[in-house]
Amino acid sequence: MTITDSSVDAAPVPPPIGAVGMARWAWRQLTSMRTALILLFLLALGAIPGSLIPQRGVDPVAVVEFRNRHPELASWYDKASLFEVFSSPWFSAIYLLLMVSLIGCLVPRTRVYLRAVRARPPATPRNLERLPEHRAVTLDPGADADPETALATAAAALRRRRFRVETYEGSISAERGYLRDTGNLVFHLSLVVVLVGIAVGHLYGMRGSALVVEGQGFSNTVTQYDNLRTGPRFDVDDLSPFTLTLKDFQARYEEAGNQRGAAREFEAKVTVIDAPGSPPRADGIRVNHPLNLGGSKVFLGPHGYAPAVTVRDGNGNVVFAGAVPFLPVDPVGLSSRGVVKVPDAAPTQLGFQGFFLPTAAFDLQRGPFSTFPEPRLPRLVLNVWSGDLGLDDGVPQSVYRLDTTDMTQVKESTKADAQPLTQSLAVGDTMTLPGLGSLTFDGYREWVVLQVAEDPGRTPALAGGALALAGLLASLFVRPRRVWVRARRDEAGRTVVEVAALARSEGPDLAADVDGVVEALKSSNSSGSSDSSAATAAAPKE
Amino acid sequence: MVHENLADVSDRLIYASILVYALAMLALCAEWAFSSRRFAAEAVEAVPVKALVGAGGPEVAEILPAAPPARERAEKFGRIGLSLAVLGFLLHLGGMACRGLAVDRVPWGNMYEFSSMSALAAMGVFLALTRKYDIRWLGVFVVTPVLLTLGLAVTVLYTDAQQLQPALQSYWLVIHVIAAVTSAGAFTVGAALSILYLVKEHAERTGSATLSRLPAADALDRIAYRVHAFVFPLWTFAVIAGAIWAENAWGRYWGWDPKETWAFITWVVYAAYLHARATAGWKGRRAAAVALTGFGCFLFNYFVVNLVVTGLHSYAGT
Ligand code: HEM
Repeated sequence: MTITDSSVDAAPVPPPIGAVGMARWAWRQLTSMRTALILLFLLALGAIPGSLIPQRGVDPVAVVEFRNRHPELASWYDKASLFEVFSSPWFSAIYLLLMVSLIGCLVPRTRVYLRAVRARPPATPRNLERLPEHRAVTLDPGADADPETALATAAAALRRRRFRVETYEGSISAERGYLRDTGNLVFHLSLVVVLVGIAVGHLYGMRGSALVVEGQGFSNTVTQYDNLRTGPRFDVDDLSPFTLTLKDFQARYEEAGNQRGAAREFEAKVTVIDAPGSPPRADGIRVNHPLNLGGSKVFLGPHGYAPAVTVRDGNGNVVFAGAVPFLPVDPVGLSSRGVVKVPDAAPTQLGFQGFFLPTAAFDLQRGPFSTFPEPRLPRLVLNVWSGDLGLDDGVPQSVYRLDTTDMTQVKESTKADAQPLTQSLAVGDTMTLPGLGSLTFDGYREWVVLQVAEDPGRTPALAGGALALAGLLASLFVRPRRVWVRARRDEAGRTVVEVAALARSEGPDLAADVDGVVEALKSSNSSGSSDSSAATAAAPKE
Repeated sequence: MVHENLADVSDRLIYASILVYALAMLALCAEWAFSSRRFAAEAVEAVPVKALVGAGGPEVAEILPAAPPARERAEKFGRIGLSLAVLGFLLHLGGMACRGLAVDRVPWGNMYEFSSMSALAAMGVFLALTRKYDIRWLGVFVVTPVLLTLGLAVTVLYTDAQQLQPALQSYWLVIHVIAAVTSAGAFTVGAALSILYLVKEHAERTGSATLSRLPAADALDRIAYRVHAFVFPLWTFAVIAGAIWAENAWGRYWGWDPKETWAFITWVVYAAYLHARATAGWKGRRAAAVALTGFGCFLFNYFVVNLVVTGLHSYAGT
């Protein structure tokens, strides 16, 4: 493309003396094509660690595991923000520099472009035969064979081929394909739009998730979230005021074949109250089919089982009753691990930990496990700890983990060599803890994680993406070119017309344009004879 | 619901296409062997290279001096090779169609199917190019990776015909994956062209007569650019469609999941290729190297990220 020639070929020159000169030099370097190229490479290179090292924003659990396994390395990674590559100062520096370079390069190019669009197609060069495509036609003498008529015919033919035509003395100049530069500018500008969309999403958006058990409700307020990330400009009072109740979670799994147990269909049946006072309505959330509630979208996240238990303490009082979410540890059989903490039990606090197995099986290698994700033979396998749960230490604890530092494991009996108590319960079974109470397995419910997201930047980002694509197509497939036609009389008084063309980008079919004009000239001068110039033999097919 | 008979037919057609592609590869190799012998014996430089690039087969014959027997034989093998390639493509296409019918969905829902589809796309792009350019010489360099991909697909990656997991049940699967898979095929053809360009460019610089059958390096560079210019917007579209789908499935259109990150890296490197071609000092060899780097990133994303690095996009399909 010609309008950028100056920036494209700027060879590195030594910086001039003086602050202003330096600044100008630095700016020219920054906005050069070479710099853009290098920055693009750096951007690609910089993204690589973000895909290979666990990222806090993508998989926080993996980051913690990595830290435990390689504490030394992790502290180095921390220094280089390698657990948060995409929000790290150095990654931001690369893309901000790229954006500055882009804008710095777009502004002058837009100016040149606007001038080029308004300008007349350039004057006819002296030596047309030097151009890559050239033909000369000698017209038969006749009424319509004077140079002016020939030029008018050629101009009409070029206009039909959607060229912009400009008349000069004894010649015409025509150009088409301005859309290429338009497309190129639109493409690059749209990248800025996409970035703005992303920024808006970060500033004004929110994302959160909450685990909800069947039968429970969720109202869209800050306190109900297990996890909530709001942008700095997001106002929590603006959370849309809906309430959801999870009525039922339905799942269907592959029954046979080598993918037995693979998920086939999930649906969360919910009752929605759009705003306080609105009538409740039934709806469903499926994967790929989020619920749209007043600017927020609600997505279906992971799911699992919550066994329901009743715990009585040593005094026979019911100290706990309810469903406790267990976390799946095996995606195939959906074996789930979890704990039940009973701080109110007397004489000592109680903690149960173990597995929920939807379709229980047992072998010597694996111990108890589950063969299918649906509850076909549900079992709750638990062991028990008594003592201090450590809940009053003020240190936040995971609800899925038991801190056993101040607890002792409950044994089968009080004998010295007694085994730790482990029991596998079917629905309705009760495990008795000598002197400490009992636990009854009442049943199970399912839970889902509901993910709520609000992103006001998504429409601008999408529009930017669509615009970028359109610009890109124009920029890559529109083939700008120029055609010149000159007509004069030779010594014998016949009209000689020269037609020549020049490509302004890779690969337009210049021969077709020139042939088109020549055809038009010949047919209006019906018995015209032509002598094509040798330079145009055997045009390539491409 | 899976129609086992159709799934079976699909498998057989794919095996048949592998066989036919292998024969096509042999024939196309034979063409190379015969033509290089001939070209080694004669002064090729006399043949206007421009004519070789653009013109169809018969026109080449007109320009060249009287054809010696080896050349005729090469021509015959070439034609046979191309016909076999077309036949293989049709069998392959039939195989994928049956797979789709067997499972009542588009046949690109796991790695076996993605790989077979991208091999099909590579063949499709190559065969479409042969209609426009005289580039039968490229055949070997496309059929070989296609055979490798299909071989890998039917052995390591094979998955029984099955229904889709919920995450993939979306019309964005149809749109996003077809764009990605076609890009994969076209990237393969583009990479083959860039490699040939580099080899040819080297030969021209050192005055060696190897690959004299190929068009001039400049012409190769131009065709390689055409292919990349076709695939870059398609890949851009695939990435955008993927982002829209991610937004619909997970509530965010971009999350720097490893798969997304490598799609982005691939995109940026190919953008750098397009820039390099417009930058003095980067045109030609270096630009071709950038394009190949882009292809490397694409392959990394497909094989290493899909099979080794875990993320949300784990549809390897076992
Ligand atoms: C944000 C990163 C950028 C990306 C992703 C990008 C991407 C692209 C792509 C894909 C093309 C090929 C389409 C076409 O030929 O029009 C292109 C062309 C171009 N870009 Fe960029 N670009 C970026 C930044 C820049 C910057 C900073 C400059 C200024 C130095 C620049 C200058 C150009 C020019 C002059 C062309 C036309 C080259 C030609 O004639 O083929 N780009 N860009």
